[in-house]
Amino acid sequence: MNINKSILPLVNPLSKDNPVIVQVLGICSALAVTAKLEPAVVMTISVTAVLALANVIISLLRNTIPTSIRIIVQLVVVAALVVIVDQVLKAWNYEVSKALSVFIGLIITNCIIMGRLEAFAMTNRPWPSFLDGIGNGLGYGIILIIVGFFRELLGSGTLFGCQVIPQWCYDHGYQNNGMMILPPMALITVACIIWVHRARNKDLQE
Amino acid sequence: MKGLKKKIDSVKPQFEEGGKFSKLHSVFDGFYTFLFTPNETSRSGVHIHDGNDSKRTMIMVVLALLPCCLFGMWNIGLQHAIATGDMDHNFFHLFFYGFFAALPQIVTAYVVGLGIEFIVAQIRGHEIQEGFLVSGILIPMICPIDTPCWMIAVAVAFAVIFAKEVFGGTGYNFLNVALVTRAFLFFAYPSQMSGDNVFVSLGGLQAVDGFSGATPLGQLAASDGAAQVLGVNGTPLSFTDMFMGYYPGSWGETSTLCILIGMVILLATGMASWKIILSGALGGFFMALVANHFATPLYPVTYLNPWEQLSLGGFAFAIVFMATDPVTACRTNTGKFIYGFLIGAIAIIIRCYNTGYPEGAMLAVLLMNCFASLIDWCVVNANINRRMKRSLVKN
Repeated sequence: MNINKSILPLVNPLSKDNPVIVQVLGICSALAVTAKLEPAVVMTISVTAVLALANVIISLLRNTIPTSIRIIVQLVVVAALVVIVDQVLKAWNYEVSKALSVFIGLIITNCIIMGRLEAFAMTNRPWPSFLDGIGNGLGYGIILIIVGFFRELLGSGTLFGCQVIPQWCYDHGYQNNGMMILPPMALITVACIIWVHRARNKDLQE
Repeated sequence: MKGLKKKIDSVKPQFEEGGKFSKLHSVFDGFYTFLFTPNETSRSGVHIHDGNDSKRTMIMVVLALLPCCLFGMWNIGLQHAIATGDMDHNFFHLFFYGFFAALPQIVTAYVVGLGIEFIVAQIRGHEIQEGFLVSGILIPMICPIDTPCWMIAVAVAFAVIFAKEVFGGTGYNFLNVALVTRAFLFFAYPSQMSGDNVFVSLGGLQAVDGFSGATPLGQLAASDGAAQVLGVNGTPLSFTDMFMGYYPGSWGETSTLCILIGMVILLATGMASWKIILSGALGGFFMALVANHFATPLYPVTYLNPWEQLSLGGFAFAIVFMATDPVTACRTNTGKFIYGFLIGAIAIIIRCYNTGYPEGAMLAVLLMNCFASLIDWCVVNANINRRMKRSLVKN
């Protein structure tokens, strides 16, 4: 396949270099916010926005940041963006903001963000950095949404809060799987995604 | 037998390389060695041989489980008869009621579990491993009789795939498969695994007045300090009832007497380690003594005396049949004592002090399964250090 080199930063993190299932970063929040689909989607958007903007800002500043204090500068930028996202969420979607509780604040410590700032934005120009931010945010989000989909479907019988498993199933003895709501099953769902992904990409197998 | 052997030998070429059914060779192999001792011997070097391969081991464990299994079936019928107030049944009525109530669960567990093992063996080109022969009978025995079959199917599939096959199949699992199945059911479908409606099979009939289907430990965990445990029709349970197993519970594990018979079979044939069983019982007894000494109405289970603690619920069953699983237990002799003792003690601690889990044996065994190899590592390294010091002193 002949992909234009300039959009590689956007495409690579979606599968071959996925931050969650290949680099195994950001697992903590992937487990914590995926019991329902809606918080997973909101989390995806928040992380993508923070990551893209932080990448652009750090990329613009990259030649002026002294190396000895670069982590502090990066943290300040990310923290400022996260506070903005937090406030926007509180204003526009208070329910979801409450469901995500501390995890929006904890985007600051999400290793994907610090990792991309250090590995990419510090050495690249703003436009590739922006694409890299979007790509990694979406790569993270895809996994979150897949996990959230299965956990909400099997654990609550709903999707985005709407009942999708019909009532007659429950009448015939079907029950929601309470374990899907618990964090261990998020880990196992992520493991299944990794399993399928590695099976399809032989070059990733150790 | 000769005729059967001839018949099987005559179809054998079809299952070998290039034959019509060569894809099913491991299935054929599995059944063949199930019926006959294979003729093949090692061709080079010196090997120590023992007539006891894993198939023989599994059969012995299943035999040891039979007393519990048969008693459990009869007890299902007995509890059903008491609960519905219909006491004019003879022994066979009770037994066959329980037999037919339990049969679908056993068949489901075997079909799903063996099905997955067969498929995985075909994909990997392995022989079929016999590990599931024991798990398949254990799983229904540690579940309430009213557990729906589809739940058992889901849980068995989960446990066999994620606790066993992904680690490499029989002999490589670090968690007991039967207990993973039960833990999955317990956390996924809590309403089907505890409470007063699942442990007694009513079979669609009306229960008598004063009926309560809660297990003794379940009653205590829910009570406000009363130390009296009652049978299903409201009469108090004596210690003999507890020891013999005349009370509702996960159907295979109520009778301590049958478990002891199974234990004798396991020990006599050398299948289970007496060290684990002894230290497990001691650990449970010791912790039950401590709990009983500090009994408070806040934790009503602590009012049970140690003997009652050991005979109630799944404790004895877990110590004899689960903790001794050679794959998941400690390998070193000192390790076995530590491992067993901690299982017994933790089981009683969970049972007494966590009212959310009326029975702690399952969680205790699973927890110690995780630590088994760490205990072994410590024991082995302590030994190395001790011998190292000794050799240094001598020189």
